[in-house]
Amino acid sequence: MREERSERSEMSENGDGDEGKDVRWSPDPGGTAPPKCRAAAGSPGGAAVPPPPFSDQVLENVLENVLCFLTSRSDRNAASLVCKSWYRAEAQTRLELFIGNCYAVSPARAIDRFRRVQSLVLKGKPRFADFNLVPMGWGARLSPWLAAMAPAYPWLERICLKRIAVTDEDLSLLACSFHSFRDLSLICCDGFTTIGLAAVAGNCRHLRSLDLIENDVEDDEDEVVDWVSSFPPGKTCLESLIFDFVGCAVNFDALLALVARSPFLRRLRVNEHISSDRLYQLMTRAPQLTHLGTGAFSSSVEVGDFEESLESAFLSSKSLICLSGFRDLAPEYLHTIYPVCTNLTSLNFSYAQITAEQLKPVITRCHNLQTFWVLDSLGDEGLHMVAATCKKLRELRVFPVDATEDSEGFVSDVGLAAISEGCHELRSILYFCQRMTNAAVVAMSKNCQELLVFRLCIMGRHRPDRLTGEPMDEGFGAIVKNCRKLTRLAVSGLLTDRAFAYIGLYGKLVRTLSVAFAGDGDLSLRYVLEGCPKLQKLEIRDCPFGDAGLLSGINHYYNMRFLWMSSCKLSLSGCKDLARQLPRIVVEVIRDSSEDDNSDAVGKLYMYRSLVGPRNDAPPFVKIL
Amino acid sequence: MIIDTENLRATELRLGLPGADEEAPAPAAPAPDRPARGCKRLMTETGSEESGSKIEISEDDRAPEARVASKAQVVGWPPIRANRKNVFQGRKAEAEAAGGGGGIYVKVSMDGAPYLRKIDLKLYKSYEQLREALEDMFKCFTSGDFSSVTVGGGGSNYAVAYEDKDGDWMLVGDVPWRMFMSSCKRLRIMRGSEAKGLSPNS
Repeated sequence: MREERSERSEMSENGDGDEGKDVRWSPDPGGTAPPKCRAAAGSPGGAAVPPPPFSDQVLENVLENVLCFLTSRSDRNAASLVCKSWYRAEAQTRLELFIGNCYAVSPARAIDRFRRVQSLVLKGKPRFADFNLVPMGWGARLSPWLAAMAPAYPWLERICLKRIAVTDEDLSLLACSFHSFRDLSLICCDGFTTIGLAAVAGNCRHLRSLDLIENDVEDDEDEVVDWVSSFPPGKTCLESLIFDFVGCAVNFDALLALVARSPFLRRLRVNEHISSDRLYQLMTRAPQLTHLGTGAFSSSVEVGDFEESLESAFLSSKSLICLSGFRDLAPEYLHTIYPVCTNLTSLNFSYAQITAEQLKPVITRCHNLQTFWVLDSLGDEGLHMVAATCKKLRELRVFPVDATEDSEGFVSDVGLAAISEGCHELRSILYFCQRMTNAAVVAMSKNCQELLVFRLCIMGRHRPDRLTGEPMDEGFGAIVKNCRKLTRLAVSGLLTDRAFAYIGLYGKLVRTLSVAFAGDGDLSLRYVLEGCPKLQKLEIRDCPFGDAGLLSGINHYYNMRFLWMSSCKLSLSGCKDLARQLPRIVVEVIRDSSEDDNSDAVGKLYMYRSLVGPRNDAPPFVKIL
Repeated sequence: MIIDTENLRATELRLGLPGADEEAPAPAAPAPDRPARGCKRLMTETGSEESGSKIEISEDDRAPEARVASKAQVVGWPPIRANRKNVFQGRKAEAEAAGGGGGIYVKVSMDGAPYLRKIDLKLYKSYEQLREALEDMFKCFTSGDFSSVTVGGGGSNYAVAYEDKDGDWMLVGDVPWRMFMSSCKRLRIMRGSEAKGLSPNS
């Protein structure tokens, strides 16, 4: 029993295990709970009175009432470790179940422990699957989870899935199994079509949000289902409808009617098939929107006074704080959004090849902007403008128009330095560029002390500081050293072991680290594994790290959610050695079809802690050691 | 997948004296090792549309240690999700199409031919028509026939492959014509012998 407890504390699937905690065991109350109301309110006489037999039960009820107020999962995990009683009480009161790796625990185990879950967050494939590094059919299917939860959690209200394989059958089952179902959020999932969407729309009578974010919705052109028409007639409870990346066009009339009968709708993000002349119609029926995804923001219609209508629609949208879309931006319509700019806290232009010139009148009005996503077409000049106006900026993402290694790249260290000087509140940055200097990165580390997330992608591999020719070690070193709150880091450019020494030395709060084409050898990996106590997720590709580096982390892997290493210098024997030493870690070796089956070299390694051992649904190209 | 490096480089359009190959020397000591098995699926990323060759020669690095022998496009790098990448490649193709009108223009390269051609897929209603057109276009470079277009690979001199929007190379002829039209980004006419490496499924 004790062993099971410590195993749980080390590897709680919800992250933050507490090691070495003193575990107290309260006596088991045993048997059936005695009736509550027999209060021995103070027996007469001075004889010592044993504690009333039901006190443990009362305590547990009181505890449950108190624990209801704990919402953070790390707090709950801590509470569950105090003693058996607390463990039970916490399990009874946990409403949101977060599973960061769907293979770390089985549905049966989760359901057995947590009996009253209303909301599920489930994450599947490793993040590098987004970049074609994980072959199709790897796993992370929703089906087994759904099959277990449908009978166990009939009152389930919310499901949020990320990188999970979801089928139309799954969606149909989901729609029919949970009668109070309210919120469905699918992020980077795949395997379903408009058929599944129709099932959800049609059967979830209390649907509040349907958020489809960057999924691969594969429809054969001839088989598209009109899912929007599947929503039942009459007023809906819809608050959020996001389908900006659903590939096929929707029935516009049905959508218009739906919006018109959804008085609670606050978020609407439409796909690129909705042009501006249709957009304004939607907006006029939903002036209460707070979040709007504008679709194409251009028009195929030659003539029309819809421009005026679009203008007045924006004028009437007094609640808008978040704008996105602009998938095929016609710059001449950009002026229509001016009235809402000053209220905007979030603006996503990352699909619009907008120049600094075109951006200027918009951005100079956005004084309250906190989140800004944009393409590098705005150039360093555009970034200067952002820095000058957006003093409250917290999150910036600059994506490349041309995502290739040898592309021209329109932003550089100049833009980064400008942002650092203007936006001191910056918490999170993702920046793609071709030219960078240590000086600019150091400047950012000093000016933006609130940084939690620093992800710099110098697209040309192994590229050094463009002015000094030196590796980018000092820049990243300054980031980990000066940004004391940093939890997420992605590095790039020419990096030696020194950079990793810095990360190990200063990155004490780093939880997620992404490394590509960097480092000199095993020492780099060792620095990180030994130096970063909070490290949870480590993803590495194309680095010269071998078995020695891998084995140096043996004492740390139980604290981590996963490790991904692809195209490094690992060998099968080394990985087998590791697997032998760490029985609670599942070590997967993923083979590409072109690889030689007999070679000892490991192309892709994905390993993660698990309470249930190797999964039984691994495809043939996955070898579990 | 077998890649015909030499011929590809020969078909590349570049400014510069013939024979002035900018191939850099092998990396010096401090450079991080590039593991040979690191870049397996060399041909699957769509590179910049301007160059006809898949193997791009680096011109940009300053430090000699950082130069590598030849920079092939690598899978999944830079780390941008597919839906973002596809949007811009689609737009680039449109932009390149002189006098749009909504045609679907794709580049066609052929092993051994000194330059590329561009065709508008919308002009054809079937694989048969496409095959005839390609044959016409490239007949001066070849004595073979393109009968493999519909069959897919075996036995004839040439096979036609296309790159789909995911960056995978597939043999032409397996999917319905309309689906092919919407997912085809470029075409390549390759020697029949090389086509054996391609599987019809992605």
